[in-house]
Amino acid sequence: MALALAILVLLPLGWLAATSLTTDNAPRELTFRHYHQLFVDRSFLEPFWVTLWTSVAVGLLCVAFAAPMAWLVSRTDLPAKRLLRMMILASFATPPFLGAFAWVLLGGPNAGLVNHWYYWITGFKPFEAESLVNIFSAWGIVFVTALYTFPYVFTFVATSLDHIPSDLEEASAILGAPAWRTAIDVTLPLALPALLAGFLVAFLQSMTLFGPAAILALPASIDTMTTRIWSLFQFPPKLGLAAAASLPLLLITVVLLRAQARIMGRRGFSVLGGKSTGQRLLRLGVWKPVALLPFAFVLSCSVLLPYGVLAWTAFVKNYSAPAAGNFTFDNWKFVFLEFSQTRLALTNTFLLGVSAATAGTLLATTIGYLSLRKLVWGHRWLSFLATAPVAIPGIVLAVGLFLAYTHAPLVLYGTLTIIFLAYLTKEMPVGYQQVASSLKSVHPELEDASRIFGATRLRALVDVTAPLIRNGVIATWMFIFIGSIRELSATILLFTARTKTVSVTMFDLRESNDWGPIAVLSLTMLAITFAMILAINFFNDRRVT
Amino acid sequence: MKTHWKMTLTALAVAMAAAAPAAAQDKADVAAAEKEGKVVWYASVDVKVAEAIAEDFRKAHPKIDVEVERSGSERVYQRVNQEHQSGIKHADVVNTSDSTHFITWKKKGMLAKYVPAGVDKIDKDYRDPEGYYATWRATLCVMGYNTNIVPPNQVPKGYKDLLDPKWKGKLTKAHPSYSGTSLTGTYAITKVLGWDYLEKLSKQNVQQLQSTTATPKSIASGERAVMVDGNEYNMFIEINKKSPVKVIYPVEGTPFVSSPVAVFSDAPHPHAARLFADFLFSQKVQQYLVDKGGLRSVVPGVKDPEGRTPLSQIKVIPDDPEGMLPHVEEIKKKYAALFGGGK
Repeated sequence: MALALAILVLLPLGWLAATSLTTDNAPRELTFRHYHQLFVDRSFLEPFWVTLWTSVAVGLLCVAFAAPMAWLVSRTDLPAKRLLRMMILASFATPPFLGAFAWVLLGGPNAGLVNHWYYWITGFKPFEAESLVNIFSAWGIVFVTALYTFPYVFTFVATSLDHIPSDLEEASAILGAPAWRTAIDVTLPLALPALLAGFLVAFLQSMTLFGPAAILALPASIDTMTTRIWSLFQFPPKLGLAAAASLPLLLITVVLLRAQARIMGRRGFSVLGGKSTGQRLLRLGVWKPVALLPFAFVLSCSVLLPYGVLAWTAFVKNYSAPAAGNFTFDNWKFVFLEFSQTRLALTNTFLLGVSAATAGTLLATTIGYLSLRKLVWGHRWLSFLATAPVAIPGIVLAVGLFLAYTHAPLVLYGTLTIIFLAYLTKEMPVGYQQVASSLKSVHPELEDASRIFGATRLRALVDVTAPLIRNGVIATWMFIFIGSIRELSATILLFTARTKTVSVTMFDLRESNDWGPIAVLSLTMLAITFAMILAINFFNDRRVT
Repeated sequence: MKTHWKMTLTALAVAMAAAAPAAAQDKADVAAAEKEGKVVWYASVDVKVAEAIAEDFRKAHPKIDVEVERSGSERVYQRVNQEHQSGIKHADVVNTSDSTHFITWKKKGMLAKYVPAGVDKIDKDYRDPEGYYATWRATLCVMGYNTNIVPPNQVPKGYKDLLDPKWKGKLTKAHPSYSGTSLTGTYAITKVLGWDYLEKLSKQNVQQLQSTTATPKSIASGERAVMVDGNEYNMFIEINKKSPVKVIYPVEGTPFVSSPVAVFSDAPHPHAARLFADFLFSQKVQQYLVDKGGLRSVVPGVKDPEGRTPLSQIKVIPDDPEGMLPHVEEIKKKYAALFGGGK
C-alpha cells in the first residue's frame, strides 16, 4: 500500500527532476541549459512575472472582500445568512474555467453584456468610449480567478472566527471601544493567521490554474506560467524545458504550504478561552443594506450573472443580439444529437469520475484507518504521502505523469488510466482529510469495547466503525467525483482524441468561439455538480457523530 | 499472349492485395467497412459542417459510425504526430488547412496511397501526383467587418488600411500556431507586405484569437469591428444567419487556402476510411460544402450558389505549400514574438 502510494506520487516527480536536468535528445547528458534558458529567455521571464503579480493581486483581492464578508456572517445579525452561505458554496463549486467562459460573454469589451448595459445606460458607443470592463487582460484573470477563489479565504476566516470566543471582543466593548475599533484591534489580530493562510491558498490557486489564464489572457497576447508550459507541449514537445518550468511552481507551492501549515498551527494560542458561551452578535440596525452590498456585488459577479448569461447563451443564436427572434433549441440539439464528441466526452468524464472517486475513497479510507489507528509501522509516512500531492499543482503533476508514462515499461499515454492516475493523485489529499475527520470522530474505545466482547478486529471494523463513518465515506466519494469531473489543468496535457473529457471538449469549442454549445455543456456540468452537492448535504445531515 | 500477360497482372494484383490488404487497395469495400463499423475523422473544418457531413454518412451507411475530432489545423497536426510517436492508432481520415502537413506526413510514410472516387478528375494542381492526398475543400482567407459598427465609407480596402490609428483596438486575428488557414494567410501577407507590416499591425492592439472559424464569430457578435483574417466560409455562414457582417477581398490579394484530405497508412479502420474518403469527394458532399458550408470546391461539376463572388473575379494569392514548408516554424515563432501566444 505504502509502496503503491509512493510510486504514485514520487515517480512523476522523479521524472520531472531528471528530465529537467538532461538534454532532450540522445545521447542524454546532464545539462543546466533548460534552467539557464528559464532565467534569460524573456518568453519565460514575462509569464513568470505576470503569474506572480496577478497571483498576489488575487490573494489581496480575496482577502479584501472575503474577510469583511466572513466577519459580517460570523459576528453580526446579517439577514439571510443561510442563503448567503449557500451562494458562496455555489461560487466554490463552479469550475473557474466555466466562470471564465461566462465572463467572456459578460465582459468582452465591445460585445460583452455588461458593457452592452453600460453603453445603453451612459449613451456611449462601443469602440468610441472606453468599455467598462475588458475581461481580456491581466486584470481580467485576476478578477475572474478571485471570484472563484475567495470562498477559500471566506471559509478559513469564517471558521476561525466561529472558533474564536467573543469574550475578548466583549471585554473591548465593555471598556468602551466602538464596534469598528473592536473589530480592528481585537478581532483582526485574532483572525490574522486565518487571513494569511487564506491569502496563501488564494495565491497558490491563482498561480496554478490553467483555465482562466488560457481563456482570458491568450486573446490579449498575455502568457502565464501555466499557458506557457502548455504551449511547450505543442508538437514536438519541449519536455526538458517544460519540466524545468514546472519545478519553480512546485517549489513555491511547497514552501508556501509549509508556511501556511505553520501559521495555522499556531492558531491554538487564540482559542485559550475554552468552550465559549456562544457568540455575541453585533446589531447592524440601519446598516443592514450597506452590509449586504459586498455580498450582492461578489455573488452577482460569481454566480448570478455567469449562470444567467450561460442560460441565455444556451437558448439563443447570437448572445449579443436582442431577444426578438433570437431564441432557439439548436444548441441543445447540436450538443446532444449531432455533436459526436458529446457522448464520448460524457462517457469518459463519467468513467473517470466514478473510478477516481471509488479508488480514491478506498485508498483514502484504508490509509486513514491504518495511519490513524497506528496499525502499521511507518503510519506517519502514509499520512504524509497521502497529503503530499496537495503541494503538486495540477499542471505540474500532468507534466510529471506525461514524462513517467510515455516510456517503457509502462506506456499509459493515450489511455484513460493516465488521466485516472492524475485525478487519483490530485484528489488523494482531499479524500484523506475527509475520511480522517470522520474517523477521528469515532473514538477507538468503541472498537475496543467490541473486541473485549470477543469480536475480531475485522468484525469490530465491519460492525462498529464502518456504519459510523459510512456517511463520511460517501461524502468523500462525492467530493472526489466533483473534483474529477471539472478537472482541466492536468487533463489538458494528458488527453488524446479518444480520451477527451467534457472540460477539454469545451476548451476545444472555445477556440472556435462556439459559445452556444459551450453554454449547454456548462449547464450540464453545473447540474451534475449541484445534484452531487445536494446529495452530500443529504448524507451529511444524517451523519452520525 | 496478351491475355496471359493480363492474367499474370491480375494474379499479381490479387496476391499483393492479399499480402497487404490495406495498402494495395484502390477501391472501398463496403462489406469490410461495415464490419469495421466505425471511422475516425480528424478535421479542421468548422465543427457544425463536419458533424452534418458525418450525420449524412451515417444515414448512407447506418452500420458505420463516424467520430469527428475537430480542432485547429495545427492542433490536429500536433495531436496526430504526438499520437503517432506514442504508437497510438486512432485517426483514420484527416483534413487540415495546412498543405505542408500532407507533404511532411507523406515523407514520413504516414499516409496511405488512395485516390478516392472522382479525385482523378480534379485539376492536377489540387492533388498529389502520386495519389496520397487531394484538395477536399478550399477557402479564401478573407478580411471582413461588422456593418453595424463600420460605416460604408470607412470600410478598409486591404491590409494596409488596417494600420490607420482609427482601427486600434478594433481588430481581431487568428493565430498561425493554431490555424492552418491563418498560417497560409500570414505567410502570404509576409510575402506581399513583409514582416515589417505585421510588426506595425501588432501595435494596433489586435484581439488574438486561435481559429479562423472564431474571428468571423467575433465580428458577428460585435466584439471587434474588423477581422484581419478569417474563413470566407464562416463569413458566408454568418451572412446566411443574417449576422451584420460583410466580406472584404483585400486589394493586395486574398490568400487561397487548399485543405486536403488523406487516409492514414496505419488507419485502424482502413476500409471504412476509404469508403468515407470516397464519400467526402462525392458530388453531394462537395455541393453541400459549397451551399451550406460556404466553401469553395475544386471538384468539377460543383456549382457556386447565386450571389457569391466567383473565384475568377477575385485577386487571389495562390498557396505554395512547398515554398512555405521551410518557413513554418519561423513564421510561428516570429508571429508569437509580435502577437504572443503559442510560442
